[in-house]
Amino acid sequence: MQNEKLDTAEDIIICREVHKWFDDFHVLRGISLTVKRQEVIVICGPSGSGKSTFIRTINRLEEHQRGDIIVDGIELTHDIRNIEAIRREVGMVFQQFNLFPHLPVLQNVTLAPIWARKWPKDKAEEVAMQLLERVGIPEQAHKYPAQLSGGQQQRVAIARALAMQPKIMLFDEPTSALDPEMIKEVLDVMRELARSGMTMIVVTHEMGFAKEVAHRILFFDEGVIVEGNTPEEFFKNPKEERTRLFLSQILTH
Amino acid sequence: MSVTSTTVMRPPTPPGPVRWLKKNLFSTWYNTLLTVLAAVFVFFTLKGVVTWVFFTANWAPVTNSIKLFAVGQFPPDQLWRVGTILFLVSFLFGLSWCVWGGTVRTFALTLALVFGVLALLPISMELTLRLGFLANPVLTFIGYQVGRTPIGKSLWVVLGWLLSFVLTVFLLTGIEGVNWLPRVDTGLWGGLLLTFLLALVGIVASFPIGVLLALGRQSSLPVLKAFCVLFIEVVRGVPLVTILFMASIILPLFLPEGVRIDRVLRAMMGMTLFAAAYMAENVRGGLQAIPRGQVEAAKAVGLNNLQIMGLIVLPQALRLVIPAIVGQFIALFMDTTLAIIVGLLELLAVGRAVLEINVEWKLLNMEVYLFIAAIFWVFNYAMSYASRRLEVALGVGER
Repeated sequence: MQNEKLDTAEDIIICREVHKWFDDFHVLRGISLTVKRQEVIVICGPSGSGKSTFIRTINRLEEHQRGDIIVDGIELTHDIRNIEAIRREVGMVFQQFNLFPHLPVLQNVTLAPIWARKWPKDKAEEVAMQLLERVGIPEQAHKYPAQLSGGQQQRVAIARALAMQPKIMLFDEPTSALDPEMIKEVLDVMRELARSGMTMIVVTHEMGFAKEVAHRILFFDEGVIVEGNTPEEFFKNPKEERTRLFLSQILTH
Repeated sequence: MSVTSTTVMRPPTPPGPVRWLKKNLFSTWYNTLLTVLAAVFVFFTLKGVVTWVFFTANWAPVTNSIKLFAVGQFPPDQLWRVGTILFLVSFLFGLSWCVWGGTVRTFALTLALVFGVLALLPISMELTLRLGFLANPVLTFIGYQVGRTPIGKSLWVVLGWLLSFVLTVFLLTGIEGVNWLPRVDTGLWGGLLLTFLLALVGIVASFPIGVLLALGRQSSLPVLKAFCVLFIEVVRGVPLVTILFMASIILPLFLPEGVRIDRVLRAMMGMTLFAAAYMAENVRGGLQAIPRGQVEAAKAVGLNNLQIMGLIVLPQALRLVIPAIVGQFIALFMDTTLAIIVGLLELLAVGRAVLEINVEWKLLNMEVYLFIAAIFWVFNYAMSYASRRLEVALGVGER
């Protein structure tokens, strides 16, 4: 009993034997993962391996059909109140940014705090401006998303997620839709975030970023975690054949 | 090697209308030929129209029945009610002009101008009516001045318009047994007044109902979804004429003894439900155009379903379908003429009635129908213009 309580205090995400099917297709085949507070985890793997689907089950954008997911002591069930409570604690950044195009940047950031956290407008705007400063684009606050570059949009998306003051941040291929010269500005923001002690799960193929920032790297293939290790071990001594093949493909292209 | 940037001037474009003419009308020999032919055609058509309108046509049926065209058989001693409503509208336009500016300014000024011209028309008119017309532009400017005070907030303006709608209905119907505001049977409402009321009620009521139907059609609750699909498909599969007939003849048969719905109200209900079904399909088109990522992003930041719909999906979806919605409003405005078949004396019906008033007018249908067409065109063009300006203001098509 005592042990269990300690676990939830230290382990912020607990996944046990998570399975998911899209109709007949078995996407996730028993994923078990425990993430500690302030831990940064990078997930890589070939496309279709279920890595995006997996992080999307953590905030219930996808429903899992078997197994348990417990986020910050709250178990993900069909109860919509639990789902909404977890979503308030978990921020997410998408490959396609998904900013709200009809709202200026500042309102993109303040929307959720005002409506989901019931903050007064002044407070929400103050926090939003601080966040825009943190991601380096306070001067764009009154522009519309379409007037920004891809890198700037993604940084706004990060600020939008941070505005809810989440305990966990999920990144779903945050740099895959960006032009090469904009990747760095987004990764810089993510580096700073990791250093500040945010718990992060990042799906990415940026192996330089992974080496530098991640505490653990997980390799996904065909719906299972093939291998998980510290960056040094992962790159130096990959244990599985599939990992070696994948690494040779993405590191030498 | 250093690169020095030199500013290269864009070659100057020769200005002037001559160049424009040359480029657009006389660029080749066949273009020149077409231009000349078109010019000849336009000249003779215009000449014919102008001669007819100003010299041949006999506008007597129109000028002698202006009151009928405007309000139908509304009791003449109660016309101050209609005047009061116009005052209110002029005032609210002035207020909205100050608060919202932009296109509203164009409309407020046009309205003021039209009333000003009406007041000065060189036809026989009672002095009170003339002064009444003259009061409208004055009220518009008073409204504008009021807008500069603390009252000039969007919220108050919207409330004012909503209130004016209620007041309009109240003023027009009146109260049974009250001396200064006797009840006016809706059967006496007519002309442009009735056309306006039918269209306005149809537009204002069908919009929210249509949005709700569209949302219901996308719902995951099977019963709600089935009801919405059934309603939309049944109504869309039936002509408006049929619906109006049903509303006015068949509906009363099903109502319990003693319950009677007013004739005008029944027509309004029929038109509203008809328009709502089409509105629902327009809105659905907009809803489907919103990428799934928008909903996911909204979920991920912790908004609930109601907030996602109201703050993220609907604002974007409605913006996309403004052209379709306004097109439908225009169609609805013209469909009000179908109320003629359930015995309502709207604008077109008044036109037909006017032709019967005087034996000498019997063959003047050209004049009467042209007049009615002109009225319809003016209001439809105004709607179309407002829609275009709204699209620009909201940036449709720029993303």
